[in-house]
Amino acid sequence: MSNIKDSQGDVWEVFVQSKPGLPHKHAGSVHATDKEMALQNARDMYTRRNEGTCLWVVPLNAIVSSMPEDSGSFFDPADDKAYRHPTHYIMPEGAKHI
Amino acid sequence: MEDIKKLEEFQAKIDADVKIEPKDWMPEEYRKHLQRQISQHAHSEVIGMQPEGNWISRAPSLRAKVVLLAKIQDEAGHGQYLYSAAETLGKSRDEYIEELQTEKAKYSSIFNYPTLTWADMGAVGWLVDGAAIVNQVSLQRTSYGPYSRAMVRICKEESFHQRQGYEIMAHMAKGTPEQKAMAQDALNRFWWPSIMMFGPHDADSPNTGNAVKWRIKRETNDELRQKFIDKTVGQAEVIGLTIPDPDLKWNEAKGCYDYGKINWDEFWNVVKGNGPCNKQRLKHHIKAHKNGEWVRKAALAYAAKQKEKQLVA
Amino acid sequence: MTTKEALINYCLRIGDTSLILGQRMSEWCSNGPILEEDIAMTNIALDHIGQARTMLTYAGELEGKGRTEDDFAYKRHEREYYNSLLSERPNGHFGDTVARNFLQSAYFYHLYSALSSSKDNMIAAHAAKSLKEVTYHLRHSAEWVVRLGDGTEESKEKIQTSFDEIWEYTGDLFEMNEVDDVLIKEGIAINQTEIKAKWDKTVDEVLVRAKLQRPKDAYMHSGRLNAIHSEYLGHLLAEMQFLPRAYPDAKW
Repeated sequence: MSNIKDSQGDVWEVFVQSKPGLPHKHAGSVHATDKEMALQNARDMYTRRNEGTCLWVVPLNAIVSSMPEDSGSFFDPADDKAYRHPTHYIMPEGAKHI
Repeated sequence: MEDIKKLEEFQAKIDADVKIEPKDWMPEEYRKHLQRQISQHAHSEVIGMQPEGNWISRAPSLRAKVVLLAKIQDEAGHGQYLYSAAETLGKSRDEYIEELQTEKAKYSSIFNYPTLTWADMGAVGWLVDGAAIVNQVSLQRTSYGPYSRAMVRICKEESFHQRQGYEIMAHMAKGTPEQKAMAQDALNRFWWPSIMMFGPHDADSPNTGNAVKWRIKRETNDELRQKFIDKTVGQAEVIGLTIPDPDLKWNEAKGCYDYGKINWDEFWNVVKGNGPCNKQRLKHHIKAHKNGEWVRKAALAYAAKQKEKQLVA
Repeated sequence: MTTKEALINYCLRIGDTSLILGQRMSEWCSNGPILEEDIAMTNIALDHIGQARTMLTYAGELEGKGRTEDDFAYKRHEREYYNSLLSERPNGHFGDTVARNFLQSAYFYHLYSALSSSKDNMIAAHAAKSLKEVTYHLRHSAEWVVRLGDGTEESKEKIQTSFDEIWEYTGDLFEMNEVDDVLIKEGIAINQTEIKAKWDKTVDEVLVRAKLQRPKDAYMHSGRLNAIHSEYLGHLLAEMQFLPRAYPDAKW
């Protein structure tokens, strides 16, 4: 992903943890010229309604994304590996807690 | 040849309600349509801060002041979400803002009307936000992922906006005679511009065809307008105000309200730049942007120095 | 002067300063240099107005005459307002606002830190809650002082001038009178000279980081304690109080 030059600073992606113990979830993005500004802008933009207990900000150009054309080779091979899921296994009748 | 195949795959995804994401192939027309629509939506949020901002300093109670301020702040936030969504289509926020300031891009004409009394804060929240919400609820299902996500967030946050406006109207409608008159006057002035917000009738709306086919728009202008009118009429009755349309009548057969003829000359006049506040709104935006230029430059220069320091260390 | 009388005045000093600063900050709405900053400044305005509401309500409770936060905000004149001279300075350009807010926030930060252990429960609770907010305001404004001070030539010159021009209104923050004497004795208020020492340190640290000169202490205006103001406050109040004054019978 590339950053387009902008007088309002670079784009930073914002991840918010809504409660301790939960994973950080992508909330959106902010413009900022430095990391402190990115953090503060993220705070003011995305946690005004008590949404957060922790924030991550990541420069957009630091994120590596798979491309749509990769999706066949990346993700389809997982389609036929049903043995990775617990429902693939047949348990004897009457067996409990397994 | 390949493009035709891509186009078919693209349409198949749309038809199956699979969202389009920034890196996916999309027809140039789809991209352009979204750039135009999302940025116009973003500009509307940001320009829309001004008519309400006009009353922050004069809000008649401290509670009213914080409520209004929080609401306008949300609008800035929504502008920000929407610019972010628009940026994923390959144009910077700077470019979009330049289009606004050079009048290549439009924003919703409703914000070119002045807010003359405190009751206008009620009318704007109740009617303008009310109309916007009808449109935005529908747009949550739009086909472009980032736009849809922005809309979901916006709808969640907007839920208090309309209530805030309606509360002001309800309060004033049962206040002193002067207050009631102010409320009625605000309704009189904002009713027609609000129902014009949905845009021209479907028959006269050139962009609707593709937008519906690509599921950017999920419902047409007239469908959305009807929804808004149907839910608003009863709200006016509850607080004892009269909607300024003598032709407004419940149509039992159709199960919805019939309404009078919209003055499209006025609509196009305001769109073309002749509304009461077009020039003022744009001037305000340009001035704030210019006044901030040295600040943005300073922040960029500071960041560049910090980066250099890191490299040396 | 009774403790109660002193405390009412003390609440007004804090509440009025918060209110006027909140009103000033809300003037920035739709005028920010960056969209995100617009939102940040509105947040600060909201915090201050919230703080004002608590203090004005408390003043009304102490007074016991049924006056509400709005009675205090909307029905007092210039000569009954006890806000700091600093808080009523016009916004000017972004640097002027940053300098004013930074100096006022640094004051509030140390004031609330101390008042968190006030013997008056309401004051202590208000201080503890507000401290979280002003800690953020201080951080936010300090970062901007540094960015502008260490940004471009132009920004450095501008923010230095902002500090130079506003400096003469900072002495007012630390002045004391009988109200302070009464409340300090009761363990309710804090000696302003203690706040001043801490304020000096915070201000100096940030100015050094920002590569800016601390203005020389020269003549300092006073006003806060006697409800004396600049001419700016009258205009601010005329605008803010317009509706309740124009329609005295109406409820909003």
